[in-house]
Amino acid sequence: MSLTSQDIDRIANLARLQLQPEEGERMLVQINGFFAIVEAMQAVDTTGIEPMAHPVAAIQDIMLRLRPDVASEPNQREANQRSAPAVERGLFLVPKVIE
Amino acid sequence: MSDLHTLSVKALASLLQTKQVSAVEVATRFLARLGGNPHNAFLDVDSEVTLAQARASDVKLADGMAGPLEGVPVAHKDVFVTREFATTAGSKILQGYRSPFDATVVQRLAQAGMVTLGKLNCDEFAMGSANENSAYGAVTNPWDTARVPGGSSGGSAAAVAARLVPAATGTDTGGSIRQPASFCGITGIKPTYGRASRYGMIAYASSLDQAGPMARSAEDCALLLSAMCGHDLDRDSTSLDMPSEDFTASLNNSIDGLRIGIPKEFFGEGLHADVRAAVDGALREYEKLGAQLVPISLPRTELSIPVYYIIAPAEASSNLSRFDGVKFGHRAKDYVDLVDMYKKTRAEGFGNEVKRRIMTGAYVLSHGYYDAYYLQAQKIRSMIADDFQNAFKECDVIAGPVAPSVAWKLGENANDPVADYLADIFTLPASLAGLPGMSLPAGFGAHNMPVGLQLIGNYFKEAQLLNLAHRLQQATDFHLRQPEGLQ
Repeated sequence: MSLTSQDIDRIANLARLQLQPEEGERMLVQINGFFAIVEAMQAVDTTGIEPMAHPVAAIQDIMLRLRPDVASEPNQREANQRSAPAVERGLFLVPKVIE
Repeated sequence: MSDLHTLSVKALASLLQTKQVSAVEVATRFLARLGGNPHNAFLDVDSEVTLAQARASDVKLADGMAGPLEGVPVAHKDVFVTREFATTAGSKILQGYRSPFDATVVQRLAQAGMVTLGKLNCDEFAMGSANENSAYGAVTNPWDTARVPGGSSGGSAAAVAARLVPAATGTDTGGSIRQPASFCGITGIKPTYGRASRYGMIAYASSLDQAGPMARSAEDCALLLSAMCGHDLDRDSTSLDMPSEDFTASLNNSIDGLRIGIPKEFFGEGLHADVRAAVDGALREYEKLGAQLVPISLPRTELSIPVYYIIAPAEASSNLSRFDGVKFGHRAKDYVDLVDMYKKTRAEGFGNEVKRRIMTGAYVLSHGYYDAYYLQAQKIRSMIADDFQNAFKECDVIAGPVAPSVAWKLGENANDPVADYLADIFTLPASLAGLPGMSLPAGFGAHNMPVGLQLIGNYFKEAQLLNLAHRLQQATDFHLRQPEGLQ
């Protein structure tokens, strides 16, 4: 199967990427080139095979852990906001979302 | 001592512990070699920070509080976040970013006493096999500056090969430690998935990413790996609950009678003759050392390429959604609303390969395609892991080439991303299975470029891999060779 330029536009929107028209065209060719090698995967019979969650689960039971819901870090607001593009009075600034 | 930069981690540690040289002297000597940024290997250097760390090491050495690697320089791949140096992951979107904390691996090496020389260039977000995808320019291979150093830990490999630093950290998602180690004639190991904490390692593909050391010998890698590994249960949900281990303890064990599996799929027509000759030579050395070569099969080796290039971009598209121009990093200047700001910020901040992988990942995870691509890939991944377990019934370790060819020329694959993907064929299977793997110098191939031998072990068998590598390095001198004209 091949992707179309409509697919590229749709995915670019989902991925929140603005693509220039020629960039989108180049990407279409390159992604379709990649999907040509993905075809081999479709022919594999995976009936009854469990998808892998954690690699080491191949030899031992792996449980995803939960930790107690307690604050473990001191408040570092200033350090955490030091690299933010727009901050005011300790808040991250974004364009207006609600009219 | 003017030749400090040629010494191993082990030799430097010993000189420092016996106070024949100070940490400040060592740091000064290495910093002096970074002028002009040879090979474009470093992305951030700050001599004041490094010298302050070295002075602290000298105090600990004087007070008898020194760690095992006290005062030995190290440099970190730029995907590890650091408080004292900028962290960019090779991306424009993180230009100038300062992390409020250190990655666990960075912290652990600092606790062992290592002094940080700076941050190393890499492919943007570790996506690449040639280090040509860095927003801060390509890294050149010290053996031939017209050639790539490999990737994505290309700056780490080039810096170690050029004796700019005795050891460096790298990360390996699909071969990003092993392949540049092979291309630059150094030694590198990726431990079992979950042994080294991923906390503070900027995520590319979370179910595959692993940290590991890169140095000139297996012995030096063992020293660093012992400090790097250990559980980090509260900060990394996939960290394994396993104690630290001294990986140097069994370096000298006999390998007499050890069974080395040779997967026939790694020696097919895609493998270049020069690489094959060097790998065969290393395998003959192992036979001389008493090991036994056993033919095995890893039947789904070729499938590992599509499986990896579905799973890794899927995870990347999710992980990289955090780069939105709000909490850190670049933000576009002109936009009409929030969504427009996201789209323009990400378009300006990400490079082509990163955009391609985000797009591929978003597609395979999107409604109607998830089962056919992502889920199918995760199922075949289980089968690939089972293939290894079947193989390990017949052998103790697996050996083969790291890459089909020696390092290629800069720009050679620039317009053909799939060509780079195909070259990852021998490193991807162990990554998908989460197994430990390493690369060590096996000789030289075409254009007198280094060739690496790959060793793959079963889960938690890092010590055995390092033992095997060390024994070869006792019998050969490929790891001691250095690029011509090195200053």
